[in-house]
Amino acid sequence: MSTMTRALLAGLLCAALAGCATPTPWVKPYEREHFADPIMSFNRDPVSSVYLQHVFETREGAHGGTGAVGGGCGCN
Amino acid sequence: MQLSGGAQPLPRPLGGLSSFARTLLALVVITAPVLAGVLPEDRADVLWHVYNGGDITVEGPELLVRKKVGDSLSLTAGYYEDMISSASIDVKLSASPYHEIRKQENVGAEYQHGKTTYGIGYIHSREPDYIADTTFYSVSQDMFGDLTTLTMGYRRAWDSIYRDIKTPQGNLINDPTFHQIANHRGYSLSLSQILTRNIILGVNYELLTDQGYLANPYRQIRYLSPGGVGFTLANQVYPNTRTSNASSVQLKYYLPYRAAITGQYRFYSDTWGVKAHTAELDYTQPWKHWIFDGSLRFYTQKHADFYSDLFPRANYQNFMARDRELAAFHSITVGAGASWEFRVPGVTWLSKNSINVRVDHLMVTYSDFRDALVAGTYGAGNEPLYKLNANIFQVFLSIWY
Repeated sequence: MSTMTRALLAGLLCAALAGCATPTPWVKPYEREHFADPIMSFNRDPVSSVYLQHVFETREGAHGGTGAVGGGCGCN
Repeated sequence: MQLSGGAQPLPRPLGGLSSFARTLLALVVITAPVLAGVLPEDRADVLWHVYNGGDITVEGPELLVRKKVGDSLSLTAGYYEDMISSASIDVKLSASPYHEIRKQENVGAEYQHGKTTYGIGYIHSREPDYIADTTFYSVSQDMFGDLTTLTMGYRRAWDSIYRDIKTPQGNLINDPTFHQIANHRGYSLSLSQILTRNIILGVNYELLTDQGYLANPYRQIRYLSPGGVGFTLANQVYPNTRTSNASSVQLKYYLPYRAAITGQYRFYSDTWGVKAHTAELDYTQPWKHWIFDGSLRFYTQKHADFYSDLFPRANYQNFMARDRELAAFHSITVGAGASWEFRVPGVTWLSKNSINVRVDHLMVTYSDFRDALVAGTYGAGNEPLYKLNANIFQVFLSIWY
């Protein structure tokens, strides 16, 4: 095994061990009530946002990169 | 590999690693932090959509149902339909106005184990001249006290493309001499990060590869020719591969009063030379049992390297396209929505319900796609630039159970 591979695996081990001491969350659970409000969801109504994404993707050259998956079609 | 002492080869997954490496890997797996995710709510939506613009009307139903099974599994099923009536500028130029229906079904499942959520899904879409099957997979991990969620995704799609022709009796059938395929792969990485008690950040990246027949078989290029309207139509020639990169960032802020504002930006580029910027601003304002939304979306793109509205002559270059989706243009979309939440007295299994309406107005201004239908009046290449205005309407009912 090359030195590079050993270094990489050792780095992974350190990162995993560091996970045992999870960083203290700087926003405490009791401070997150706003994120429980539906208005803070990135995708409050998936049925609507998927449709709108489909409308745009069939009329534009760009597609993807939005975190959502749509089905293929010959909609042009 | 030659092994001494009659030892049997190790199973492939770890067979290529030394004992040191296997030990390290085992430690990494064992000591990885155990973290968790949140499954989607049990919810059903029934939507009716209408798109009207550019002499195209597309409308139809959409249905999406989500249901948890036990505490760890969530199932999704959906149905979508486009009823298309098109007499667009493209079909008027090189094809015939048509009516057709596209139907799409999708199923999916998400399984939660600790702070990890695994997702899998399948989408099947069919229309008379196009069949597409898509599968997708994802792994999502909550980290750092649930402030961070990292998601990796992969999708794979297979398309079968046909071309419809009209029989002497006037019926539409698939051209028996035309059947093409296209394959697509997508690799995505998404990060959701709570920054402060009022701000959440989303970052997405996706690499997409397309291979196969990537053109529209009905559309044609045009090139200058003497006589008539000054141009002649010919088949498009597309490359058989495309690789795309799309990156986006979203920032959502909970205002000092109960309302939220979202800013989004996406940059897209591909090996065809298309570069696009998308920016969007959304505002959400609840009021009593209502939630109101307003949005403004701006999109601009540079044309593909092999796109031209009017080529100088036949066979001008090896790849030639005149699909307006590959032209240079910019668009503005203004949208507004209203959602009314209500409860049904006596129906205890419904936790809440909402009726929602949304309207968007799309305005597209092309920079190098001209209205070739009026070439006889203005001369080929001197026609006015094409503009598209469309209204997009959605009404849907949502129930939570």
